[in-house]
Amino acid sequence: MPAFILSRLLQAIPVLLVVGFIAYAMFAFVGDPVQIMLGQDYTEVQRQALIHDLGLDQPFFVQYAKFMWRAVQGEFGISYRLARPVSGLIAERLPATLELSVTATVLSLAVGLPMGVYTAVYRRSWLARGFMVFSLAGISLPTFLTGILLILCFSVGLGWLPSFGRGEVVHIGAWWTTGFLTLSGIKALILPAITLGLFQMTLIMRLVRAEMLEVLRTDYIKFARARGLTDRSIKFGHALRNTMVPVITIVGLQLGMIVAFSLVTETVFQWPGMGLLFIQSVGVADIPVMSAYLLLIAVVFVVINLVVDLLYYAVDPRLRIERSSAQAGR
Amino acid sequence: MALLDVQNLTVEFPTRRGVLRALDGVSFSIEAGEVLGVVGESGAGKSLTGAAIIGLLEPPGRIAGGRILLEGSRIDDLSQSQLRRIRGRRIGAIFQDPLTTLNPLYSIGRQLIETIRTHLKLSEADARKRAVRWLEEVGIPAAAQRIDAYPHEFSGGQRQRVVIALALCAEPALVIADEPTTALDVSIQAQIIALLKRLARDHGTSVMLITHDMGVIAETADRVAVMYAGRIAEIGPVAEIVRTPAHPYTLGLMGSIPSIEHRVERLAQIDGAMPRLTAIPQGCAFNPRCPRVFARCRIERPDLLPAGATEAACWLHDATIRPLRAAHG
Ligand SMILES: Nc1ncnc2c1ncn2[C@@H]1O[C@H](COP(=O)(O)OP(=O)(O)OP(=O)(O)O)[C@@H](O)[C@H]1O
Ligand code: SF4
Ligand SMILES: [Mg+2]
Repeated sequence: MPAFILSRLLQAIPVLLVVGFIAYAMFAFVGDPVQIMLGQDYTEVQRQALIHDLGLDQPFFVQYAKFMWRAVQGEFGISYRLARPVSGLIAERLPATLELSVTATVLSLAVGLPMGVYTAVYRRSWLARGFMVFSLAGISLPTFLTGILLILCFSVGLGWLPSFGRGEVVHIGAWWTTGFLTLSGIKALILPAITLGLFQMTLIMRLVRAEMLEVLRTDYIKFARARGLTDRSIKFGHALRNTMVPVITIVGLQLGMIVAFSLVTETVFQWPGMGLLFIQSVGVADIPVMSAYLLLIAVVFVVINLVVDLLYYAVDPRLRIERSSAQAGR
Repeated sequence: MALLDVQNLTVEFPTRRGVLRALDGVSFSIEAGEVLGVVGESGAGKSLTGAAIIGLLEPPGRIAGGRILLEGSRIDDLSQSQLRRIRGRRIGAIFQDPLTTLNPLYSIGRQLIETIRTHLKLSEADARKRAVRWLEEVGIPAAAQRIDAYPHEFSGGQRQRVVIALALCAEPALVIADEPTTALDVSIQAQIIALLKRLARDHGTSVMLITHDMGVIAETADRVAVMYAGRIAEIGPVAEIVRTPAHPYTLGLMGSIPSIEHRVERLAQIDGAMPRLTAIPQGCAFNPRCPRVFARCRIERPDLLPAGATEAACWLHDATIRPLRAAHG
């Protein structure tokens, strides 16, 4: 088991190196950081000094290696736009994005999974048909439109929930801020979380439904019926568990998407997270922030993949090879 | 009283282009401890008959007529929850492909124990003991250790043994085995049939054995039902069916009895093909392929008629016209 985790982590290293390379290439070739940082009035001496300070006079691969080395230590340079260390900016924004993403994830799983199972098991019921129609809407509405519609309805129309910001936050420890502990924080979270989670929720629901219908047609479910097992055990034990095997991977990847796509939602709701920071940085080509964001998203995907693999391992005995090979044979 | 009595069973599939009658007036019975072989070409309705008996017809298929009696009481009109208590407990089922009939995510012990505890009031520990005993009985070596193994850790033949244990672990009075060896390696088929035969004898279980292998029927069955196009063409004791078949279709099938040296998987090639359900000819369904066909066969449909030791749905055995079996020569 530890060997399994280790091998997965080792496999992630090349992925991170490649993403780091792209992030760095962007840093080196998109826009002229020196120009951006110096503004209009500067002397040639100042320019050369800055080039040297930024290490831009060194060979490309040396620069790349240095960039990665600093990235590993959490240093991504100085934001051109805000003239502050990027690491500090990210640390400030990370809690907002994580809280939003986790809430959206929990929401999409907590609602999408049962709905998927329900629509598969009670395929012909009216409620199941209603869910299917609703899921079509959820899948086809673009995120920003969902967000705007929700704002129109619940903020502008009914005035129940705020349309922007994170509400009042509470500091926990040195660098974490949470909106979970105040009423205004929770109210501010509701609309963005629904906006961000809706697409994934409907996707999960349709996926679970399709997989479950597939599983319900298999021979082992027929044989379970022929043995007189209870309906409950067949549907919510045997069938559901088998449904989870393919669902886990796709859902895992989708959750990575949630973090990545949070930038649309954050923009619509002016949510002070990393996505918003990224969008604001794109406008002024604030490359250090952009490359840091890119790397961070890559790390998120790597971590999610690892969790997916571990879940797989827990659910599917066919993957636990070490034990079986010792006992196999006629 | 017979253990199972199927009377005039009719199964239909409503489709957009009208109702398909897949089983049409099937009647037979199985005595306690008896092995009934069921043979017939692909699509004859063998599996459907089994599915109808255990109440697991796939919708939109439904029992449109007839009665099924188990130990004298009707089971064809029971609710699904009542039927559930019969399945596994009074009628077991064995399916064709052991690679797909076991849940890959549960250990075989868990599947056995769940089945046992669904039907019998046993503690987890007692159910486990019983599960180990059954695994031993079906010939899984080191059963006490291997009970916690998963299906993929067993070979195909062993998996079918596990499937048999699962079908029999609550001691049903009847087990329906639908081509239990078709998916297996030829070298293992005989072992599995021998196992089934031994278990049925030891536990007094009746068996409805569906197969394409006339050799297996000849070795295993007490009686045989030959099905053709959703009906029973001939039914009777195995010796008579094999040696002196009364129905021309059975005769054709027997022409293909494989000798031990040349085992063939499928039944004899009789010229032509069985009609589709949408195009069953008037009169005797076998008439387009029958070498003995005569005028009446194309007009009137024969029911099962006594034909010596067996019963055959064939006008050649209409006692009012010809003496029994004389036509056969
Ligand atoms: N869902 C369905 N809809 C329509 N017709 C069906 C359906 N299921 C089965 N049938 C028809 O019922 C008939 C009998 O099928 P069955 O599976 O019982 O055949 P079988 O004798 O077991 O054949 P095999 O030897 O190939 O297993 C076939 O003609 C088939 O076309
Ligand atoms: S009834 Fe006629 S067609 Fe049918 S099997 Fe007998 S002889 Fe042949
Ligand atoms: Mg069949």
